[in-house]
Amino acid sequence: MENNLVEQDMSIYLAIVLAPLMGAIIAGVFGRYISRTMAHQVTIVGVAISAALSLLVFKHFALEDMTTINETIYTWMVSDGLHLEVGFLIDKLTAMMMVVVTFVSLMVHIYTIGYMHDDSGYKRFFSYISLFTFSMLMLIMANNFVQLFFGWEAVGLVSYLLIGFWYTRETAIYANLKAFIVNRVGDFGFILGIALVAMTFNSLDYQDVFAASTLHTESTIALFPGTHWSTITVICLLLFIGAMAKSAQAPLHVWLPDSMEGPTPISALIHAATMVTAGIFMVARMSPLFELSPVALNFILLIGAVTAFFMGLLGIVQNDIKRVIAYSTLSQLGYMTVALGASAYAASIFHLMTHAFFKALLFLAAGSVIIAMHHEQDIRKMGGIRHYMPITWITFLLGTLALIGTPGFAGFFSKDSIIMAVHASQLPGANIAYLAILLGVFITAFYSFRLYFLVFHGQPRMDHHTKADLHETPKVVTVPLILLAIPSVLIGALFVADMVFGDFFGAAIMVLPEHDVLATLAKDYHGIIAMVLHSFKSLPFWLMLAGIMSAWYLYMVNPSLPEKLSQRLLIIHKVLLNKYYFDDINSTVFAGGARQLGTFLSRFGDTQVIDGWFVNGSAKLVAWFSSIIRHIQSGYLYHYAFAMMLGLATLLVLLLTTVISH
Amino acid sequence: MFANLPLLSLAIWTPILGGLAVLAIGNKNRDNNNAIEAKVFALLIAILTFILTVPLYVLFNLDTAAMQFVEKTAWIALFNINYYLGIDGISMPLIILTSFITIIVILAGWGSIKDKVAQYLSCFLIMEGLMIGVFAALDAILFYVFWEAMLIPMFLVIGIWGGPNRIYATLKFFIYTFLGSVLMLVALLYLHLNSGIGDTGVGSFSILDFHQVQLSLTEQRWIFIAFLIAFAVKVPMWPVHTWLPDAHVEAPTGGSVILAAIMLKLGAYGFLRFSLPITPDGSASLSFMMIMLSLIAVVYIGFVALVQQDMKKLIAYSSISHMGFVTLGFFIPWAIFSVNNNWNGAVMGIEGAMVQMISHGFISGAMFLCVGVLYDRLHSRMIKDYGGVVNTMPTFAAFMLLFAMANAGLPGTSGFVGEFMVIISALKANFWYAFFAALTLIIGASYTLWMVKRVIFGSVIHATVAGLHDIDKRELGILSVLALMVLFFGVYPAPLIDVMHSSVEHLVEHISISKIPTE
Repeated sequence: MENNLVEQDMSIYLAIVLAPLMGAIIAGVFGRYISRTMAHQVTIVGVAISAALSLLVFKHFALEDMTTINETIYTWMVSDGLHLEVGFLIDKLTAMMMVVVTFVSLMVHIYTIGYMHDDSGYKRFFSYISLFTFSMLMLIMANNFVQLFFGWEAVGLVSYLLIGFWYTRETAIYANLKAFIVNRVGDFGFILGIALVAMTFNSLDYQDVFAASTLHTESTIALFPGTHWSTITVICLLLFIGAMAKSAQAPLHVWLPDSMEGPTPISALIHAATMVTAGIFMVARMSPLFELSPVALNFILLIGAVTAFFMGLLGIVQNDIKRVIAYSTLSQLGYMTVALGASAYAASIFHLMTHAFFKALLFLAAGSVIIAMHHEQDIRKMGGIRHYMPITWITFLLGTLALIGTPGFAGFFSKDSIIMAVHASQLPGANIAYLAILLGVFITAFYSFRLYFLVFHGQPRMDHHTKADLHETPKVVTVPLILLAIPSVLIGALFVADMVFGDFFGAAIMVLPEHDVLATLAKDYHGIIAMVLHSFKSLPFWLMLAGIMSAWYLYMVNPSLPEKLSQRLLIIHKVLLNKYYFDDINSTVFAGGARQLGTFLSRFGDTQVIDGWFVNGSAKLVAWFSSIIRHIQSGYLYHYAFAMMLGLATLLVLLLTTVISH
Repeated sequence: MFANLPLLSLAIWTPILGGLAVLAIGNKNRDNNNAIEAKVFALLIAILTFILTVPLYVLFNLDTAAMQFVEKTAWIALFNINYYLGIDGISMPLIILTSFITIIVILAGWGSIKDKVAQYLSCFLIMEGLMIGVFAALDAILFYVFWEAMLIPMFLVIGIWGGPNRIYATLKFFIYTFLGSVLMLVALLYLHLNSGIGDTGVGSFSILDFHQVQLSLTEQRWIFIAFLIAFAVKVPMWPVHTWLPDAHVEAPTGGSVILAAIMLKLGAYGFLRFSLPITPDGSASLSFMMIMLSLIAVVYIGFVALVQQDMKKLIAYSSISHMGFVTLGFFIPWAIFSVNNNWNGAVMGIEGAMVQMISHGFISGAMFLCVGVLYDRLHSRMIKDYGGVVNTMPTFAAFMLLFAMANAGLPGTSGFVGEFMVIISALKANFWYAFFAALTLIIGASYTLWMVKRVIFGSVIHATVAGLHDIDKRELGILSVLALMVLFFGVYPAPLIDVMHSSVEHLVEHISISKIPTE
């Protein structure tokens, strides 16, 4: 009975998707008719249904090895032989993502009861995060590119709404506009990629496209006359531009740090655990395409390496608790991207999963601190908080340990797999990428423990009023922290054998044998204990320790040193503080340039040339012409008589000439 | 019961006669009841007309490209001019859109028009009949009469109920559009004179006969250009677009809605009914120019929209930019053929353009209504006079945001469907056509959402905004209906596209055959 439900009946999948949507509609559209409690109840019930059913589906895939489901729900439209449908493709990759999304979402829903308790937009917030859950599920469960794009843009919309949730703040509504437009730059590439898929394969259905992908390895497209680029490479690069914006890869990363203007629960849910990983998921889902383009893979590898290294550096100079974590997210997304480039899709997805848990945990724990600090986010005004907030402290520490890859913690298994995979990769850019992510380990440990020490250790630096009131947050906040801390510690050890070195994902991810670095690594894999023990002899472990020790020395032992160092390294410090000047370049060159171009076209093109010269010009010409013609209509009879005679004479001449010529 | 009625005639003449009846009722201003009789009567007429157009969809035969609901009676027998009506999958959705939007417009003016109410309402009803007439006419002269007559009520609407600079705007509107149509008349007469070469030898004014006239390439080019001037002005295409922002700015809300939602579509419809099928070789030879003009409209006008200070101007420019997708979709087929030597993707280009027309009718109409809602309250269209509207009008803000997102082509709204189809189609012709068309994803989002940021979001800085009251039940109803349409066609566009298939496939088949006479 249960098997039938999961395997044959689509209603369970519809329920997973629609339950959060119902919650969103009730809390959003009919919000005024229900109480605050009811708003959070309906949305939480909706997401809980989703989460429970997703777990059930995951169980069937993980334990009972269920076959892939690919079903159409309805036909969206048909035109010119292109059938576009709404439907679900459920395999192990999807099932895992469903569990991650719905579980984190459920935690965030519960946590929100506490975090947004006093906010006047309480119901609206619940409506948005449920709508987000719906959109994200549509994205990951899609069986075709159009639905993927729908989910892709819908999560972007909700992200826009939530970054600008506190819409009276100028910074928030600047950040959300920026986020949407930067994402649209990515979508611009993405939609061209989809259109190119439609042209090449004459279908937008995953299965059709993937099945036919190898038939098109030789086909080329002439983007410029005389050039012949591999169509698959162009498709992959265009699709990846979409992923670069959504998963915040340099140089389209600029929106993510600013997105921290939104309430903390959504920073955890959308801007750390789920939405920003959509790009990673997309590339993994499209592995049958990306595998065929070494050029695209190399590009992905380098972009990921650049992001992992340079964005991590920025985390060191930030003083806002959420922004440090945000830069950490950028850097970790870089790690996932590097892994995609190295064809270690499974490792990338595995890091996506572990990261979702520990990064959501870190954000929610940071949010817990922020509540206790009365919405103060500057870490220079914190310190010693561990004495007041033990649960937040311990869970935050666990999240940090997972993030930096402490052997045994979830992040260790996923990050070490990535580092090893890149090391084993044969791509031309793999050496640089390996160096970048190796140094990234030191940087990650350094900024994470800098944050940890400044917030939880040392002397309290907050004002008296705040300090007197400092206490642990309520259960709705701490329970989700604990529930997220468990997977942050354990999930790596539980799944690494299957997901990274085993064949968990099966046909969901396609890797060419010559790219299959994980298969090479799997030969040397002898269980989790061996992996942990081996790590003590490896470079990443010592780099990580060095990072922790440096942070400890600089921020605990000798706190005046960082100031001196920043004086000494003034230029570097300034570049870091200005985030490599990306924001300045964007706002001057792109935003400013667009406004100037618009003004020029409006003033010169439309007003002066078209209206001024042509439209009003021809009106003036008519006026001028008639002012001359007017002289002919003088009213004098002899003028008219003369004109008449002239006309008669002309006609006569014309007539005569024709008669003669015949 | 409906099948035997002359539905098209009813749809044309019910609003026209109803409009005249509204004039007769007049503004009986007893007890200062604000011409309630005229309003109610006009609304009933509009609803009745809409009901009369519904069977056009319900009884529509999807399997044929032939004209349906045909009515034909001799009108001026001497010149073989007929009262000849009929619709296919191209005109039918536009007729229903017209009758639907007219109800919205009449409701929208319910409270805001206080002067000469009956005359105002009658203008819109008469305009509705004439516009349906344009879409339904299969006789060239009948078409031309409707086409020109339609200008008069619009001219009056802007000239009488318009803003302070309305005289300049009406003159610009009238001269632009009137001059455009004169050459079309010449082309129609030329076609008539050449249409009798068949078996009977009698010249015809039937548009369907025009489709069969053999013409040399030179003739086709001239005729194409004559039509182009008429239709390009109406669409409007760059560079003959500058009348539109002025007309919109001065027009009352209802006028703007009709202008954006329906009138612009008449030009686009003209391309499909005349230019493409009558002069396929002429269209082919000039298609590159048409594609360039369309792309300029999409990109250039997008940038112009970005810097507008006036909300109505911004939306007007946005309309021009969106209509660029329509003309792009119409002329992409030849570019596809010249590259691939087949017509795969042509149908999608034209259908995408058609979807864009319908969708733009809802979205631009809704956007102008939103501006109207604000204008009714503060009597300003300037962006700088607003800011933080969401604080005082949260429900309204939600609607405006939804329509803004639809305007930016968000998937799940109807605004996405047409653009997506046209981009796919354009890519089959040339990557760079699709590239420049897809730039609208960025530019469109920029100008729309930047306006939303400055108008809707933020804290309240002006005392006037602080005193705003949220939308009332009537406004809520109007905006909800439009929102449902925008979402419905975004989530399920199949029913809309299905009605077009036969006609568009037939059109593509028709244009693929050269009309140059073989010697």
